[in-house]
Amino acid sequence: MGIAIYVLAFSVLLVGLYAVVAKKNVIKVIVGVLILDYAVNLVLVLVGYRTGGQAPILENGQSGAELAARAVDPLPQAMVLTSIVIGLGLTAMMVAMAIRLYEKYGTFDMNRIRSLRG
Amino acid sequence: MTSGMTPIVKNTARLVSGFIAIFGIYVALTGHISPGGGFAGGVILAAAAVLIVLAFGRQTAEKMITESGCHLYDAAGAAGFLLVAVFGYLAGGFFVNFLARHGVGTAGRFWSGGTIILSNLFILVKVAAGLAGAFLALAAFRRAHMPDGHPGEES
Amino acid sequence: MGIEYLILLLLVFMLFALLIAVEARDLLSSVISVGAGGFALSVIFLLLGAPDLALTQVVVEVVALVLLIRLVVTRHDTTAETPRDALRTGVVLLAGGVLLVGVFVAVGGTGAAGTVPRLGEPVMATADLAAGQTTPGQPVAARYLARAGEETGAANAVMAVLLDYRAYDTLGEATVIFVSILGAYAVLRRIGRRGRKEATI
Repeated sequence: MGIAIYVLAFSVLLVGLYAVVAKKNVIKVIVGVLILDYAVNLVLVLVGYRTGGQAPILENGQSGAELAARAVDPLPQAMVLTSIVIGLGLTAMMVAMAIRLYEKYGTFDMNRIRSLRG
Repeated sequence: MTSGMTPIVKNTARLVSGFIAIFGIYVALTGHISPGGGFAGGVILAAAAVLIVLAFGRQTAEKMITESGCHLYDAAGAAGFLLVAVFGYLAGGFFVNFLARHGVGTAGRFWSGGTIILSNLFILVKVAAGLAGAFLALAAFRRAHMPDGHPGEES
Repeated sequence: MGIEYLILLLLVFMLFALLIAVEARDLLSSVISVGAGGFALSVIFLLLGAPDLALTQVVVEVVALVLLIRLVVTRHDTTAETPRDALRTGVVLLAGGVLLVGVFVAVGGTGAAGTVPRLGEPVMATADLAAGQTTPGQPVAARYLARAGEETGAANAVMAVLLDYRAYDTLGEATVIFVSILGAYAVLRRIGRRGRKEATI
């Protein structure tokens, strides 16, 4: 079961890589980068999961040692939190570049852009 | 993107965007006792600004949320976060939680956590202003401009 | 145990949604499918015990969808038929990747001593937590969880890690967000007189 989940998460990464590498439309490339971002965040959080664990928030009257014994790993979550917002900044920048490309060439198709260059 | 949307949408946006903004500030400031934190709160506050720009059109929204104001708040948030880091030298080192030296308070109450509240506040301002400014800059390009300068057809 | 089945189901849904997003011929459908995949991801985060991440992912997905839909809806350009060699690349990539994971797992083994941790058993230190010490070379996550309440006063251990124990990394991440927003401004900067005139029509 764990292996199946890891394999599926890795397949999401491969789908994103395929979209970035093999697609000829700028929007598909943007979608591919987004998918890569999702996949990396997912795998990082999966590594820190504990079966039947609780979220790493101290409940009322719980001691620190109890939390350490029952909670999921907080370190990957802390890193992924900022990574998600950085993904949004990256999306904004890619959308800006796509707007400029369409404005200059009138199409999103990379083959036509390559032939229209100039 | 000049005239915005119908009056129903405008009135609803006027009513609801205040609540969204307050919710974003709440999520950011209570990051140390409940899920959320500065980053999530900043994106929610930026979503309130996005709602205003979408409902009223860029020209009208520019009067309320100027782009240079967004630049100013963005830089101010980043500078404030750095200030919190440098003030840590008062207690021994870079980024040391200097407010927590004299007793941290009970975990779970609002006034606990030392500089975490301040850091969350500055990150909220920074992320919200940055994203709102970027959306304002992108909102000027709603209609497709074809290469020879004429706007594209309406969809 | 039931939660892992639910995670598996949601992952299958997410994979389908993202495959549709990559292969759809209409750009608007492709963008909306990415949105569906993102929302499925936020539910997966919630099931994996990460409520901060679920909240952030939902809001980020909404704003990203607004940006992408505004980009795509007025600019008409359908993609061409997927050529044969692109499909072949995709299949080779998928098979190669799954093979790689299989080899990794078979050779290294799962569990704490292997290369791939078994799902559900995170590699956290189990040494003497009461004294706040961990054996050198062990991961520090258990120490952070055990001492976050007393040392920082924050009940949310993720925030304590992000803004107190590892605040320097957060400064780096805030800088990266700053730079990416600056990149967006820099690309859009020269609107010019023609653009401004068009925008007021």
